Amino acid sequence: MLGVVGTIPEEEFPLVVGPVALGDVSLTVQGREVPLTRGTAALLAAAAVCLETLGQPPPLAFLAGDIGLGQGSRQLYEYLTLNLGPHQLKVLTFHYILPMVDWHNRVLWAIQEMAAPPLLIADAGYMYVAKMSGEAPAYDLFTPDAGEIAFLADEAAPHPFYTRGFILHQDNQVPDLIARAYAHENAARHLLVKGKRDYVATREGVAASIDEPQIEALEPMGGTGDTLTGIAAALIAGGWDIVPAAVLAARVNRVAGALAKPTPATGVQDLVQQIPAALAQLLS
Amino acid sequence: MSRWRFWKRRPSAPIPESHIDLGILVFASTSEVIRAEKLLRDAGWTIKVMGPPPEIQSGCDLVIQFPLMNKLEVLRVLAANRLSPLQAVPRSGPLLKPVDLFQVKDFGRYLMVRAANMKLTVDKTTRKIVNVSGGGCPDVPYLAYKLVGRTLEDAPRPRDIGHTVCGYALQLALEEMERQCSE
Repeated sequence: MLGVVGTIPEEEFPLVVGPVALGDVSLTVQGREVPLTRGTAALLAAAAVCLETLGQPPPLAFLAGDIGLGQGSRQLYEYLTLNLGPHQLKVLTFHYILPMVDWHNRVLWAIQEMAAPPLLIADAGYMYVAKMSGEAPAYDLFTPDAGEIAFLADEAAPHPFYTRGFILHQDNQVPDLIARAYAHENAARHLLVKGKRDYVATREGVAASIDEPQIEALEPMGGTGDTLTGIAAALIAGGWDIVPAAVLAARVNRVAGALAKPTPATGVQDLVQQIPAALAQLLS
Repeated sequence: MSRWRFWKRRPSAPIPESHIDLGILVFASTSEVIRAEKLLRDAGWTIKVMGPPPEIQSGCDLVIQFPLMNKLEVLRVLAANRLSPLQAVPRSGPLLKPVDLFQVKDFGRYLMVRAANMKLTVDKTTRKIVNVSGGGCPDVPYLAYKLVGRTLEDAPRPRDIGHTVCGYALQLALEEMERQCSE
Protein backbone atom coordinates (compact mmCIF):
# COMPACT_ATOMS: atom_id res chain seq x y z
CA MET A 1 0.00 0.00 0.00
CA LEU A 2 1.04 3.59 -0.66
CA GLY A 3 1.11 5.99 2.29
CA VAL A 4 1.19 9.76 1.74
CA VAL A 5 2.06 12.25 4.49
CA GLY A 6 1.33 15.95 4.05
CA THR A 7 -0.52 19.03 5.17
CA ILE A 8 -3.73 20.77 4.15
CA PRO A 9 -3.75 24.60 4.13
CA GLU A 10 -6.52 24.99 6.72
CA GLU A 11 -5.67 25.93 10.29
CA GLU A 12 -8.54 23.94 11.83
CA PHE A 13 -8.10 20.76 9.77
CA PRO A 14 -7.51 17.91 12.29
CA LEU A 15 -5.04 15.05 12.08
CA VAL A 16 -6.68 12.35 9.96
CA VAL A 17 -5.37 8.97 8.86
CA GLY A 18 -7.29 6.84 6.38
CA PRO A 19 -7.80 5.70 2.79
CA VAL A 20 -8.58 8.34 0.18
CA ALA A 21 -12.03 8.48 -1.46
CA LEU A 22 -11.76 10.51 -4.63
CA GLY A 23 -14.52 12.70 -6.07
CA ASP A 24 -14.58 14.95 -9.14
CA VAL A 25 -13.40 18.13 -7.42
CA SER A 26 -12.41 16.94 -3.96
CA LEU A 27 -11.11 13.99 -1.98
CA THR A 28 -12.29 12.69 1.38
CA VAL A 29 -10.31 11.16 4.22
CA GLN A 30 -12.04 10.07 7.42
CA GLY A 31 -15.07 12.16 6.51
CA ARG A 32 -13.03 15.34 5.92
CA GLU A 33 -13.32 16.81 2.44
CA VAL A 34 -10.33 18.47 0.77
CA PRO A 35 -10.57 20.43 -2.52
CA LEU A 36 -8.35 19.25 -5.38
CA THR A 37 -6.27 22.33 -5.93
CA ARG A 38 -2.56 21.89 -5.39
CA GLY A 39 -0.14 20.60 -2.79
CA THR A 40 -0.68 17.29 -1.04
CA ALA A 41 -4.30 17.08 -2.24
CA ALA A 42 -3.09 17.14 -5.85
CA LEU A 43 -0.44 14.50 -5.12
CA LEU A 44 -3.04 12.27 -3.44
CA ALA A 45 -5.54 12.72 -6.27
CA ALA A 46 -2.96 11.82 -8.93
CA ALA A 47 -1.84 8.79 -6.93
CA ALA A 48 -5.43 7.69 -6.34
CA VAL A 49 -6.48 7.79 -10.00
CA CYS A 50 -3.29 5.95 -10.99
CA LEU A 51 -3.80 3.23 -8.41
CA GLU A 52 -7.42 2.85 -9.46
CA THR A 53 -6.34 2.42 -13.08
CA LEU A 54 -3.81 -0.19 -11.98
CA GLY A 55 -6.44 -2.05 -9.90
CA GLN A 56 -4.64 -1.25 -6.65
CA PRO A 57 -6.10 -0.04 -3.32
CA PRO A 58 -6.29 3.74 -2.77
CA PRO A 59 -3.48 5.54 -0.95
CA LEU A 60 -3.51 5.81 2.82
CA ALA A 61 -3.36 9.51 3.71
CA PHE A 62 -1.78 11.00 6.82
CA LEU A 63 -2.98 14.62 6.85
CA ALA A 64 -3.08 17.59 9.22
CA GLY A 65 -3.92 21.27 8.83
CA ASP A 66 -1.00 23.69 8.58
CA ILE A 67 -0.77 27.17 7.09
CA GLY A 68 2.95 27.48 7.77
CA LEU A 69 3.13 27.87 11.53
CA GLY A 70 4.06 24.23 11.98
CA GLN A 71 1.32 22.92 14.29
CA GLY A 72 -0.04 20.38 11.82
CA SER A 73 3.47 19.36 10.79
CA ARG A 74 4.35 18.70 14.44
CA GLN A 75 1.20 16.58 14.82
CA LEU A 76 2.24 14.48 11.85
CA TYR A 77 5.84 14.09 13.02
CA GLU A 78 4.63 12.98 16.44
CA TYR A 79 1.98 10.62 15.07
CA LEU A 80 4.46 8.93 12.75
CA THR A 81 7.07 8.59 15.48
CA LEU A 82 4.61 6.81 17.76
CA ASN A 83 2.26 4.97 15.39
CA LEU A 84 3.99 3.87 12.20
CA GLY A 85 4.74 0.36 13.43
CA PRO A 86 1.42 -1.39 12.68
CA HIS A 87 1.00 0.10 9.21
CA GLN A 88 1.72 -2.21 6.25
CA LEU A 89 3.20 0.15 3.68
CA LYS A 90 5.14 -0.65 0.54
CA VAL A 91 5.89 3.01 -0.21
CA LEU A 92 5.73 6.06 2.06
CA THR A 93 5.71 9.49 0.41
CA PHE A 94 6.36 12.70 2.34
CA HIS A 95 5.27 16.07 1.03
CA TYR A 96 4.36 19.58 2.29
CA ILE A 97 5.63 19.50 5.88
CA LEU A 98 7.49 22.23 7.74
CA PRO A 99 11.18 21.20 7.87
CA MET A 100 12.22 20.33 11.45
CA VAL A 101 15.44 18.35 11.58
CA ASP A 102 15.12 16.77 15.03
CA TRP A 103 11.57 15.58 14.33
CA HIS A 104 12.63 14.29 10.92
CA ASN A 105 15.32 12.17 12.54
CA ARG A 106 12.86 10.72 15.05
CA VAL A 107 10.52 9.71 12.21
CA LEU A 108 13.35 8.15 10.22
CA TRP A 109 14.38 6.08 13.22
CA ALA A 110 10.76 4.97 13.71
CA ILE A 111 10.71 3.83 10.07
CA GLN A 112 13.95 1.91 10.55
CA GLU A 113 12.32 0.11 13.48
CA MET A 114 9.42 -1.15 11.33
CA ALA A 115 9.32 -4.88 10.61
CA ALA A 116 9.18 -4.19 6.86
CA PRO A 117 10.25 -0.59 6.24
CA PRO A 118 8.67 0.96 3.14
CA LEU A 119 10.45 2.58 0.22
CA LEU A 120 10.76 6.28 0.99
CA ILE A 121 9.90 9.15 -1.37
CA ALA A 122 10.30 12.81 -0.40
CA ASP A 123 9.17 15.96 -2.16
CA ALA A 124 8.67 19.61 -1.13
CA GLY A 125 9.42 20.50 2.51
CA TYR A 126 10.19 16.96 3.55
CA MET A 127 12.82 16.69 0.82
CA TYR A 128 14.37 19.87 2.22
CA VAL A 129 14.53 18.46 5.74
CA ALA A 130 15.82 15.09 4.52
CA LYS A 131 18.74 16.93 2.88
CA MET A 132 19.23 19.28 5.84
CA SER A 133 19.46 16.32 8.23
CA GLY A 134 22.26 14.71 6.22
CA GLU A 135 20.07 11.60 5.73
CA ALA A 136 19.24 12.05 2.03
CA PRO A 137 20.83 8.70 1.04
CA ALA A 138 18.32 6.92 3.30
CA TYR A 139 15.59 7.87 0.82
CA ASP A 140 14.74 6.00 -2.36
CA LEU A 141 13.45 8.89 -4.47
CA PHE A 142 13.53 12.69 -4.37
CA THR A 143 11.47 14.67 -6.90
CA PRO A 144 13.00 18.19 -7.06
CA ASP A 145 12.24 20.87 -9.64
CA ALA A 146 14.88 23.10 -11.24
CA GLY A 147 15.23 25.41 -8.24
CA GLU A 148 15.27 22.50 -5.80
CA ILE A 149 17.97 20.49 -7.59
CA ALA A 150 20.18 23.58 -7.27
CA PHE A 151 19.41 23.56 -3.53
CA LEU A 152 20.31 19.87 -3.27
CA ALA A 153 23.53 20.61 -5.16
CA ASP A 154 24.47 23.41 -2.75
CA GLU A 155 25.97 21.68 0.27
CA ALA A 156 25.81 24.91 2.30
CA ALA A 157 22.20 25.96 1.71
CA PRO A 158 19.74 25.20 4.54
CA HIS A 159 16.76 26.00 2.28
CA PRO A 160 16.29 26.79 -1.46
CA PHE A 161 15.93 30.46 -0.44
CA TYR A 162 19.66 30.48 0.41
CA THR A 163 20.99 28.64 -2.63
CA ARG A 164 24.16 30.39 -3.69
CA GLY A 165 24.08 32.36 -6.94
CA PHE A 166 26.93 30.55 -8.64
CA ILE A 167 24.98 27.30 -8.32
CA LEU A 168 21.65 28.79 -9.35
CA HIS A 169 23.37 30.01 -12.50
CA GLN A 170 23.83 26.37 -13.54
CA ASP A 171 20.10 26.04 -14.04
CA ASN A 172 20.49 24.79 -17.57
CA GLN A 173 23.03 22.14 -16.61
CA VAL A 174 20.89 19.80 -14.54
CA PRO A 175 23.21 16.77 -14.96
CA ASP A 176 26.03 18.78 -13.33
CA LEU A 177 23.77 19.73 -10.44
CA ILE A 178 22.72 16.09 -10.04
CA ALA A 179 26.38 15.01 -9.90
CA ARG A 180 27.17 17.71 -7.33
CA ALA A 181 24.20 16.67 -5.17
CA TYR A 182 25.44 13.06 -5.13
CA ALA A 183 29.04 14.13 -4.51
CA HIS A 184 27.96 15.83 -1.27
CA GLU A 185 25.58 12.99 -0.27
CA ASN A 186 22.59 15.29 -0.63
CA ALA A 187 20.52 13.15 -2.99
CA ALA A 188 18.25 10.14 -2.58
CA ARG A 189 19.12 6.82 -4.26
CA HIS A 190 17.09 8.04 -7.24
CA LEU A 191 16.22 11.51 -8.47
CA LEU A 192 13.35 12.54 -10.70
CA VAL A 193 14.14 16.15 -11.62
CA LYS A 194 11.08 17.96 -12.98
CA GLY A 195 11.51 20.65 -15.60
CA LYS A 196 11.36 21.55 -19.26
CA ARG A 197 13.24 18.28 -19.64
CA ASP A 198 12.69 15.75 -16.86
CA TYR A 199 15.70 13.72 -15.69
CA VAL A 200 15.76 10.36 -13.95
CA ALA A 201 19.11 9.79 -12.26
CA THR A 202 21.02 7.65 -9.81
CA ARG A 203 24.48 8.01 -8.26
CA GLU A 204 25.86 6.54 -11.51
CA GLY A 205 24.44 9.42 -13.57
CA VAL A 206 21.42 10.29 -15.68
CA ALA A 207 19.48 7.12 -16.53
CA ALA A 208 16.86 8.78 -18.75
CA SER A 209 15.53 12.13 -19.82
CA ILE A 210 12.02 12.92 -21.01
CA ASP A 211 11.02 16.02 -22.94
CA GLU A 212 8.01 14.96 -25.01
CA PRO A 213 5.33 16.07 -25.30
CA GLN A 214 6.58 19.59 -24.55
CA ILE A 215 3.79 21.60 -22.92
CA GLU A 216 5.11 25.04 -21.99
CA ALA A 217 2.03 25.96 -19.96
CA LEU A 218 2.70 23.20 -17.41
CA GLU A 219 5.63 25.09 -15.86
CA PRO A 220 3.64 27.90 -14.25
CA MET A 221 0.70 25.64 -13.35
CA GLY A 222 0.67 25.05 -9.60
CA GLY A 223 0.52 21.36 -8.66
CA THR A 224 2.05 19.73 -11.74
CA GLY A 225 5.10 18.73 -9.74
CA ASP A 226 2.80 17.31 -7.08
CA THR A 227 0.92 15.20 -9.63
CA LEU A 228 4.19 13.89 -11.06
CA THR A 229 5.35 12.78 -7.61
CA GLY A 230 1.95 11.19 -6.97
CA ILE A 231 2.02 9.23 -10.23
CA ALA A 232 5.57 7.99 -9.59
CA ALA A 233 4.66 6.95 -6.03
CA ALA A 234 1.58 5.08 -7.26
CA LEU A 235 3.53 3.20 -9.95
CA ILE A 236 6.23 2.18 -7.46
CA ALA A 237 3.55 1.05 -4.99
CA GLY A 238 1.99 -0.86 -7.90
CA GLY A 239 5.15 -2.92 -8.29
CA TRP A 240 7.23 -0.99 -10.80
CA ASP A 241 10.95 -0.55 -10.23
CA ILE A 242 11.90 3.02 -9.42
CA VAL A 243 13.67 4.04 -12.66
CA PRO A 244 10.99 2.79 -15.08
CA ALA A 245 8.29 4.11 -12.75
CA ALA A 246 9.86 7.57 -12.75
CA VAL A 247 10.23 7.56 -16.53
CA LEU A 248 6.64 6.44 -17.08
CA ALA A 249 5.38 8.95 -14.49
CA ALA A 250 7.11 11.80 -16.33
CA ARG A 251 5.52 10.70 -19.61
CA VAL A 252 2.06 10.25 -18.07
CA ASN A 253 2.19 13.72 -16.49
CA ARG A 254 3.18 15.29 -19.82
CA VAL A 255 0.55 13.41 -21.85
CA ALA A 256 -2.13 14.21 -19.25
CA GLY A 257 -1.03 17.82 -19.49
CA ALA A 258 -1.34 17.75 -23.26
CA LEU A 259 -4.79 16.18 -23.08
CA ALA A 260 -5.89 18.95 -20.68
CA LYS A 261 -4.94 21.62 -23.27
CA PRO A 262 -3.78 24.01 -20.57
CA THR A 263 -2.95 27.69 -20.48
CA PRO A 264 -0.72 29.15 -17.74
CA ALA A 265 -3.98 29.91 -15.89
CA THR A 266 -5.29 26.32 -15.88
CA GLY A 267 -5.80 24.55 -12.55
CA VAL A 268 -4.18 21.18 -11.84
CA GLN A 269 -7.52 19.38 -11.41
CA ASP A 270 -7.89 19.50 -15.21
CA LEU A 271 -4.65 17.54 -15.51
CA VAL A 272 -5.67 15.02 -12.83
CA GLN A 273 -8.83 14.17 -14.79
CA GLN A 274 -6.67 13.19 -17.79
CA ILE A 275 -4.29 10.90 -15.92
CA PRO A 276 -6.27 7.64 -16.44
CA ALA A 277 -6.45 8.28 -20.20
CA ALA A 278 -2.76 9.17 -20.34
CA LEU A 279 -1.76 6.10 -18.34
CA ALA A 280 -3.94 3.81 -20.45
CA GLN A 281 -2.52 5.31 -23.65
CA LEU A 282 1.09 4.81 -22.56
CA LEU A 283 0.56 1.34 -21.09
CA SER A 284 -1.06 0.18 -24.31
CA MET B 1 13.53 -6.32 -1.32
CA SER B 2 14.13 -3.30 0.86
CA ARG B 3 17.71 -2.47 1.75
CA TRP B 4 16.59 -1.79 5.30
CA ARG B 5 16.75 -5.48 6.13
CA PHE B 6 20.48 -5.24 5.62
CA TRP B 7 21.04 -1.75 6.96
CA LYS B 8 19.12 -1.17 10.09
CA ARG B 9 20.38 1.42 12.49
CA ARG B 10 19.18 2.02 15.99
CA PRO B 11 19.81 5.27 17.80
CA SER B 12 22.31 4.44 20.50
CA ALA B 13 22.66 7.94 21.91
CA PRO B 14 20.34 10.88 22.57
CA ILE B 15 19.34 12.71 19.41
CA PRO B 16 22.05 15.34 18.77
CA GLU B 17 21.01 18.97 18.54
CA SER B 18 20.97 20.15 14.95
CA HIS B 19 21.64 23.73 13.92
CA ILE B 20 20.87 23.66 10.23
CA ASP B 21 17.20 24.55 10.57
CA LEU B 22 18.03 27.43 12.93
CA GLY B 23 18.71 31.10 12.26
CA ILE B 24 20.16 33.95 14.25
CA LEU B 25 18.84 37.46 14.75
CA VAL B 26 21.45 40.20 15.09
CA PHE B 27 20.49 43.44 16.83
CA ALA B 28 22.20 46.79 17.26
CA SER B 29 22.03 46.79 21.05
CA THR B 30 21.64 44.45 24.00
CA SER B 31 18.47 46.21 25.07
CA GLU B 32 16.89 45.27 21.73
CA VAL B 33 17.95 41.67 22.27
CA ILE B 34 16.26 41.65 25.67
CA ARG B 35 13.07 43.14 24.26
CA ALA B 36 13.05 40.73 21.33
CA GLU B 37 13.65 37.74 23.60
CA LYS B 38 10.63 38.60 25.73
CA LEU B 39 8.40 39.28 22.72
CA LEU B 40 9.29 36.02 20.99
CA ARG B 41 9.03 33.91 24.15
CA ASP B 42 5.64 35.47 24.93
CA ALA B 43 4.56 34.61 21.37
CA GLY B 44 5.43 30.97 22.04
CA TRP B 45 8.59 30.60 19.96
CA THR B 46 11.46 28.38 21.11
CA ILE B 47 14.46 30.69 21.03
CA LYS B 48 17.85 30.99 22.70
CA VAL B 49 20.07 33.98 23.49
CA MET B 50 23.72 33.28 22.75
CA GLY B 51 27.00 34.82 21.65
CA PRO B 52 27.38 35.69 17.96
CA PRO B 53 29.31 33.38 15.62
CA PRO B 54 32.67 34.76 14.41
CA GLU B 55 31.30 35.50 10.92
CA ILE B 56 28.99 38.17 12.33
CA GLN B 57 30.86 41.46 12.30
CA SER B 58 28.02 43.79 13.25
CA GLY B 59 25.62 44.25 16.13
CA CYS B 60 26.02 43.74 19.87
CA ASP B 61 27.52 40.85 21.82
CA LEU B 62 24.34 38.78 21.91
CA VAL B 63 22.20 37.19 19.19
CA ILE B 64 18.93 35.28 19.29
CA GLN B 65 18.66 31.80 17.81
CA PHE B 66 15.27 31.11 16.19
CA PRO B 67 13.60 28.50 13.90
CA LEU B 68 14.83 29.61 10.48
CA MET B 69 11.94 28.07 8.55
CA ASN B 70 9.56 30.49 10.30
CA LYS B 71 11.66 33.55 9.51
CA LEU B 72 8.75 35.52 8.06
CA GLU B 73 6.52 34.98 11.10
CA VAL B 74 9.31 35.80 13.58
CA LEU B 75 10.20 39.03 11.75
CA ARG B 76 6.53 39.99 11.70
CA VAL B 77 6.20 39.57 15.49
CA LEU B 78 9.21 41.84 15.94
CA ALA B 79 8.04 44.41 13.37
CA ALA B 80 4.64 44.64 15.04
CA ASN B 81 6.54 45.82 18.11
CA ARG B 82 8.84 48.18 16.20
CA LEU B 83 11.87 45.95 16.45
CA SER B 84 13.96 45.34 13.39
CA PRO B 85 17.07 43.14 13.53
CA LEU B 86 20.16 44.17 11.62
CA GLN B 87 20.34 40.67 10.17
CA ALA B 88 18.32 37.43 10.18
CA VAL B 89 20.63 34.75 8.79
CA PRO B 90 21.09 30.96 8.85
CA ARG B 91 23.06 29.82 11.91
CA SER B 92 24.88 27.20 9.83
CA GLY B 93 26.01 29.82 7.32
CA PRO B 94 25.69 33.41 8.56
CA LEU B 95 27.20 34.74 5.35
CA LEU B 96 24.58 33.06 3.14
CA LYS B 97 22.26 35.56 1.55
CA PRO B 98 18.70 35.22 0.23
CA VAL B 99 18.45 34.65 -3.51
CA ASP B 100 18.60 37.76 -5.60
CA LEU B 101 18.39 36.05 -8.97
CA PHE B 102 15.05 36.06 -10.71
CA GLN B 103 14.03 34.13 -13.78
CA VAL B 104 11.38 35.74 -15.94
CA LYS B 105 9.50 33.81 -18.61
CA ASP B 106 7.09 35.46 -21.03
CA PHE B 107 4.19 33.28 -22.26
CA GLY B 108 2.66 36.11 -24.32
CA ARG B 109 -0.48 36.95 -22.39
CA TYR B 110 1.06 35.55 -19.19
CA LEU B 111 4.29 36.39 -17.37
CA MET B 112 6.01 34.07 -14.88
CA VAL B 113 8.65 35.09 -12.31
CA ARG B 114 10.68 32.54 -10.36
CA ALA B 115 12.52 33.45 -7.15
CA ALA B 116 14.47 30.52 -5.67
CA ASN B 117 11.91 27.71 -5.50
CA MET B 118 8.77 29.87 -5.93
CA LYS B 119 6.98 30.77 -9.16
CA LEU B 120 4.27 33.38 -9.65
CA THR B 121 2.31 33.84 -12.90
CA VAL B 122 0.22 36.86 -13.86
CA ASP B 123 -2.19 37.58 -16.73
CA LYS B 124 -0.67 40.73 -18.21
CA THR B 125 -4.00 41.94 -19.60
CA THR B 126 -5.86 41.85 -16.28
CA ARG B 127 -2.88 41.92 -13.86
CA LYS B 128 -4.52 38.95 -12.12
CA ILE B 129 -2.38 36.30 -10.44
CA VAL B 130 -3.36 33.09 -12.23
CA ASN B 131 -0.98 30.58 -10.68
CA VAL B 132 1.49 30.05 -7.83
CA SER B 133 3.74 27.02 -7.96
CA GLY B 134 6.87 25.53 -6.46
CA GLY B 135 7.88 25.77 -2.82
CA GLY B 136 7.81 23.18 -0.09
CA CYS B 137 6.69 24.78 3.16
CA PRO B 138 3.06 24.37 4.27
CA ASP B 139 2.15 28.02 3.78
CA VAL B 140 2.68 27.72 0.00
CA PRO B 141 -0.69 26.06 -0.75
CA TYR B 142 -2.25 28.53 1.70
CA LEU B 143 -0.65 31.52 -0.01
CA ALA B 144 -1.66 30.18 -3.43
CA TYR B 145 -5.25 29.93 -2.22
CA LYS B 146 -5.14 33.54 -0.98
CA LEU B 147 -3.36 35.06 -4.01
CA VAL B 148 -4.67 33.27 -7.10
CA GLY B 149 -7.52 35.17 -8.74
CA ARG B 150 -6.54 38.52 -7.18
CA THR B 151 -4.91 41.39 -9.02
CA LEU B 152 -1.39 42.51 -8.16
CA GLU B 153 -2.92 45.55 -6.46
CA ASP B 154 -5.51 43.64 -4.42
CA ALA B 155 -3.55 40.51 -3.51
CA PRO B 156 -2.45 40.17 0.11
CA ARG B 157 1.32 40.39 0.56
CA PRO B 158 3.03 37.07 1.35
CA ARG B 159 5.12 38.95 3.93
CA ASP B 160 1.87 39.81 5.76
CA ILE B 161 0.15 36.42 5.72
CA GLY B 162 2.97 33.93 5.04
CA HIS B 163 5.08 32.37 7.76
CA THR B 164 8.11 30.66 6.25
CA VAL B 165 11.13 31.21 4.04
CA CYS B 166 9.10 29.91 1.07
CA GLY B 167 6.63 32.70 1.84
CA TYR B 168 9.55 35.12 1.89
CA ALA B 169 10.66 33.87 -1.55
CA LEU B 170 7.12 34.34 -2.89
CA GLN B 171 7.16 37.92 -1.58
CA LEU B 172 10.34 38.54 -3.58
CA ALA B 173 8.75 36.99 -6.68
CA LEU B 174 5.71 39.25 -6.23
CA GLU B 175 7.90 42.36 -5.89
CA GLU B 176 9.84 41.40 -9.00
CA MET B 177 6.56 40.79 -10.86
CA GLU B 178 5.34 44.26 -9.86
CA ARG B 179 8.59 45.70 -11.14
CA GLN B 180 8.30 43.79 -14.42
CA CYS B 181 4.67 44.83 -14.92
CA SER B 182 5.43 48.49 -14.27
CA GLU B 183 8.06 48.69 -17.00
